[in-house]
Amino acid sequence: MSQPRLPKCVNKMSKPSNFCPGCGHSLTLKNLGFVIDDLRISSSTIFATDIGCSLLAWDYFDIDTVQSHHGRAASIAVGLKRALPKTTVISYMGDGGGYSIGLNHLVGAARRNEAITVILVNNTLYAMTGGQMAPTTYKGESTSSTPEGSFAKEDPFLGPEFLAPICHKEAFLARTSVDNPIQIKKYIKKAIQNQKNGNFSLVEVLSYCPTNWKTDAKRTINFFDYLKGFYKTGVIKGEQ
Amino acid sequence: MIFLQTEDEPAAGFGVLGAALGGKKSWTATAAAGHLLLQDAVVAAEAMRIPFVAYIGQRGGPSTGTVIYSQQELSIARDGGNGEGLRIVLGPSNLQELYDLTILAFDLAWRYHLPVFILGDGYLSKMTGEVDLSAKARVVKADPIVQNGKRVMNLRNCYSLEEEIARVLHRELKDYGSIAKEVEKSEVYKCTDAKIVVFAWGSVASATKEAVKKIRKDGHAVGLFRPITLKPFGATRAKQSVRNAKKILIVESAFGKFGRLVTEALFGISDIEVERLYKPAEGITPEEIEDKIRKML
Repeated sequence: MSQPRLPKCVNKMSKPSNFCPGCGHSLTLKNLGFVIDDLRISSSTIFATDIGCSLLAWDYFDIDTVQSHHGRAASIAVGLKRALPKTTVISYMGDGGGYSIGLNHLVGAARRNEAITVILVNNTLYAMTGGQMAPTTYKGESTSSTPEGSFAKEDPFLGPEFLAPICHKEAFLARTSVDNPIQIKKYIKKAIQNQKNGNFSLVEVLSYCPTNWKTDAKRTINFFDYLKGFYKTGVIKGEQ
Repeated sequence: MIFLQTEDEPAAGFGVLGAALGGKKSWTATAAAGHLLLQDAVVAAEAMRIPFVAYIGQRGGPSTGTVIYSQQELSIARDGGNGEGLRIVLGPSNLQELYDLTILAFDLAWRYHLPVFILGDGYLSKMTGEVDLSAKARVVKADPIVQNGKRVMNLRNCYSLEEEIARVLHRELKDYGSIAKEVEKSEVYKCTDAKIVVFAWGSVASATKEAVKKIRKDGHAVGLFRPITLKPFGATRAKQSVRNAKKILIVESAFGKFGRLVTEALFGISDIEVERLYKPAEGITPEEIEDKIRKML
């Protein structure tokens, strides 16, 4: 039986990965791996993970990787990049880590135009801990802490749109979705290029979490399409 | 040198960790509630054995409190995390030591890949005075941990199984035990014949030494035991220092944080009287300490 094609920079010893079946992290990481292969930067890249499901990527790649704490993947990335400016530093996190406990660090890094690339996987809840409501939870979405639907009356948090007005003019901010590998690769490539030019970049990847959404394949796709109506994909700041 | 003003202590702490991973000597400074926030990064340093240096200008607490005298951040510095407190804590007692022990802090952090605290206070942080800057640092190279040219590093601090983390912890605790023997440092001042030994650390120990000197001049057998490393704590030397003592006095700008360390270190010695001069979040003058000792003579 033929094996699925994996990027060269993937650590094959760590497979099968720890992500749940149907999780969007594997798809995001695989496409990130293809970009790293294409750009031939695996030996000069440092990958910093957050806490939450993103931490399961700690040995996903055959690339220098360091795990941080919840929300701190951007901060450790800033230190790494300042110490080793010639490397490519990728900070990998979820929506809970990035837009809640670690939002201050995204604001700080974006305002100072730190030359790091943030890849933020948004599955609209805290998945590792059992699917609690996050800042990204959709109005009325049922989560384990809001079983009757979200109590939040606010619209879900739009990270790249929030950061756009406070970023440096050369920053790159985009949202893509996990069902669009061509766009994921295109935006991650642009984001890394932007880091090489000395600027901040963030790519949010709208993702699936069938385990915590408690959806089968069909309902996963349906809910995902519904989310895309609010979480518009595209470049939010920077060249198209 | 790169200076970066971050948005908060977790950012500063994790930024310092990132820089250390990249092979650069890095450090940060904070106090009080900021010190609590900084512990987030300190336990990560402990878990992944990353060099880390922080200066803490202890504030009087609880909460925002005051900004001059205090020794109330001792317990947080020593054990302020969800691990086993595998770190080194240095307590300078004057400006010269603040300089010398800061050099030592970098040396120890990069030699042993552990977090090192320099635990000062507002008084030490703000005072001016003469310092001999001729002390040379032992040059411990800051080799990069990632991008090290040898092998790919996959560093983690999260484990799936209790047995996995227990194995790591037992190894780390054993290692820390042997490091502790190498780094323990204390000043034992005129304790050999002392009938009263005073225990104090940091700037309070400077005041205590003045008092001890004065009483010594009157011919009374008084000594001072001053730990320079608050962690690891030199319990063996502490025990030796009270060999001939009938009484001990513990002096600190906190309510027993240091006192508990001393009594734990002296556990097993029963025929000794313990007096305490605890003034949480207040400065302590040599005269007050002298008065207290004289009452014990």
